Parts: sequence; structure tokens; C-alpha cells
Amino acid sequence: MTLIEGHKPIIPAGGVAVWDVDPYHTAILRDPLDYYAELRAQGDLAYIPRYSVLAVGRYEITRKVFSDHENFVSSRGVGLNDFKLEDPWRPPSIILEVDQPDHTRTRKVMSRALSPKVVKGFAELFHETADRLVDDLLERGTIEAVTDFAEAFPTTVFPKAVGMTDVNPRHLVDYGAMVFNAVGPDNALRREAMRHAGEIVPWINAACARDRLSGDGLGAMVYASAQDGTLTEAEAGMLVRSFLSAGVDTTVTGIGNALWCLSQNPGQWEALKADPTLIRPAFEEVLRYTSPVHTFGRTAGRDTEIAGFPVEEGSKVLCVLGAANMDPEKWGDPEVFRVDRKPVGHVAFGAGIHGCVGQNIARGELEAVLGALIRKVDRIEPTGDAVWRPNNAIRALDRLPITLIPN
Amino acid sequence: MVKVTYVAHDGTRTELEGDPGDSVMSLAIANGLDGIVGECGGSMMCATCHCYVDDDWQAATGARMDGEEDMLESAVCEVTGRSRLSCQITLSEALDGLVVHLPEEQV
Repeated sequence: MTLIEGHKPIIPAGGVAVWDVDPYHTAILRDPLDYYAELRAQGDLAYIPRYSVLAVGRYEITRKVFSDHENFVSSRGVGLNDFKLEDPWRPPSIILEVDQPDHTRTRKVMSRALSPKVVKGFAELFHETADRLVDDLLERGTIEAVTDFAEAFPTTVFPKAVGMTDVNPRHLVDYGAMVFNAVGPDNALRREAMRHAGEIVPWINAACARDRLSGDGLGAMVYASAQDGTLTEAEAGMLVRSFLSAGVDTTVTGIGNALWCLSQNPGQWEALKADPTLIRPAFEEVLRYTSPVHTFGRTAGRDTEIAGFPVEEGSKVLCVLGAANMDPEKWGDPEVFRVDRKPVGHVAFGAGIHGCVGQNIARGELEAVLGALIRKVDRIEPTGDAVWRPNNAIRALDRLPITLIPN
Repeated sequence: MVKVTYVAHDGTRTELEGDPGDSVMSLAIANGLDGIVGECGGSMMCATCHCYVDDDWQAATGARMDGEEDMLESAVCEVTGRSRLSCQITLSEALDGLVVHLPEEQV
């Protein structure tokens, strides 16, 4: 059998809309809103012949498929490659790319390490770092917010939270970009990101070793589970690697996208300043509005169905989270950015048993960043065009020139 | 339809009607009820949908789910034997008339 992008080609069931599109075209990745709308207009399910995959983008069906871990498995990869048919580029993640019951064991260790209670313990670190960073940036006035702000914050606090002793902010950001580009097709983006693998991957693996971590961070908490027998030493190292895969590039994107939303919507910035209780809901709205992880896949683990259409075993299904978060059927006026929307149920962090295990730390970081901004900054003014950086799974900015004007 | 009564900390009672398959959390959110936040949307990753199941409904709602205990440790109000995360209570005909009590705060 000839594979397409590392998975089995399929013939869609009769009646499924066939849509000739490349979801990974750089123009779509830069500005996905029309693509999201067209995907939803295809119906509950579409077939994309270019990659021989199914795709969902309407809210209800996307949420349903994405959280249906019984029928749509993660162990065969959350990208286009089917790990059952081809070896992935790195050993599969033992929390992301795994099914029950193995998943339950690792998930418990990680959700304990990343619980709201643990994250509260980092509040001081996050707030002090955010205050200092915003003070520095205010002195400079005009900044390139992706490098100066969005990357600077997580690459300062996250390695400390994990307890890393090796420091290389560039490697951390680039490793994230690599992991997320790898879930797409074998296109120029993925090949370019992978070009750095030889240098970055060994550095990442070495940085996850027990003796490279302090005794009081998240990394040590995970290794403690190896001591009590829940995990093997090697598994603990793999879970620490998950912190680095999923914990840096994502929050960099969250901060950049938040600054973009607030600089583009001065009225909403004023509303946030006027009511600090909206800080946490405002971040949820940033997540809904920009969907930092725009697409993740699942694989049909057996013959099943989506919206009444038969789906054969081995089918790859793109779950376009960005489209679901912009579905007017669910949100009414999704194209409006509103800090008081409180969009509970958005799928930016996924849904179900594989829902983002680091979401509390992301919220903690953003609470600190937005809190520092509203205390110290009067206005956030764009000083040039925002430029998006295409990535096969992440919707992130490449450049965001802004001026911060102090109170 | 499945009727659920939410009793706020100040004693205010709100009666809502949901469908089998809804969670006690999602029904509250869909109706804009104060007192349940549900920040993580039901992935059992936060503890902001904490509730106390009424004594009469303990048996019908059953035991806590795997992992729920861990997450309840992060709840801001006192956790008792009656504490549940309301996202983990799925409505069914057997729960028609369910009464849950809400804590003073969720965050």
C-alpha cells in the first residue's frame, strides 16, 4: 500500500463533501478565517483529497470527535503520520500520543504536577518577572513584542518553574516550533523546522535528565513519581520532555496573540483596565479568538462514524479547533473580540481526557502578564503591521511592532 | 428533561432543566448561573466547578471519578465527603430532581 503523508489513503463515504484545498498552504496558515468559514460551510464532515484526510470544523462535531477517545485515538499520532504504519520522528510522547489505560497513569502524574494549587505557588515568580519585564519595556517605548515580550516572559519563568539548570531560550522556542510543525505534512515548513533537530533534540533530551534539574521544580515532582514506582526513570524523563515540547512555544503564542488582540481593539483594552476581574476571562477570549493551536488530528481506531457518515479504521481526521472557536452557531458573533464574553467550552485547550494538561500554568502566566500591563500601561499602540508566522499546528505571530505608553 | 436545583451559598435556589448527557457544570454555564466557573471546560483540570451533592442524592450520583480527588485538592473552599466536581456528574433520568449546593467561592 502506498501511504499518503505516512497514513493509509481512504475513500470517503458517499455524501461526504469533497473539498480541494491545502489547509497547510502558507497563505491559509497566515490568515485562516476564510478557510475556517469554508470548512464549516462544507458540512459536518469534509474530505480533503490532497492529503486523503477527513476534516471537521463546526463546533459541536469538532468537540465531539476531538474528545471521543474511544473511537478516535491519539496513539497513532495527532498529525498526518500514522504511527502504526510508520515510525515517528521521535519516540512518541507518553501523554499526548497514547491511549487509555496507559494515558491515565501519566496524565495523573502531570495533572498533579500542574494543578491550580501548584501553579499558585509560582504566582510570585510570575508576577515579579512580569512587573520587571513591563518596566523595562516601558523604558524602551517601541518594541518588537514577539521577541521582546512574548518570548522573553515564558523563556524566563518556565525553565525556573520546571527547575532546569541548562538555559537556552532559543532552543526551547525552536523545539516547540519543531514539535508542532511535525504534525503537519512533509512540507517546506516542517522540513525547515526539522533542519535544526540534530542540534536541538540532543540538547532537549540532556536537559530533561534528573541530574540536570533542581530539587524543587515541576521536573523534580515528576521524578518523584519514579521514586514511588508510578513511573520508570525513563518515563519521568519523557514527561519532563513534554513540559518543554508543549510549555514554551504555546505560551509564547498566547502572550503574542493577547498583545495583538488588545492592540487591535483599544476599546476592549480600556474595558479590561476598568475591570481587572476580567483578566482571566479576557485570556479565554484571546484563546477562543486566535486558537493558538489551530489544528490537531486523530485517527479512527476502528470502523466508526462521524455525523452519520461511515468512517473507516485508519482514517486521519483533522480537528480544526480554530474553525470551531469561530463557529457563529456556537458563539453568535465570533468575529468580535470581547473581553467579557467568558467563552466557557472553547476548544483552544482541546477537550476531554487529552485536554491541555498545562492550561493552569498558561492561565497563571497570562494573569501575571495582563495584570502587570493594566497596572503600568495606559495604551498599547500598533506601530506597524503584525506579521504571522505560518506553522502546521500553531497560529503565532512572527513580528508585532507596538509602543507601550505608560500611565 | 432532567431537573437540577442549585443552592447558592446564600441559600438562593435556582432550578434548571437539562438533557441526559449534559453535566451539572455545563447546564449551569449554559444558563449563566453564578457560582460555577468551569474554567477548564470539563477536562478535570481546574477545581472551579466544585459543588456539594445533597445528602439525599449521594447514592444516585455515585463515587468520584478517577483523578477527581486530586483535582479537588485545589478547590478554594472546604472539601468535604459530599464534594464533587460538577463537570464529572453526568445527567440521566435517574438524577431528575438532583440538588447540589454551591461553595462561597470558586476562585
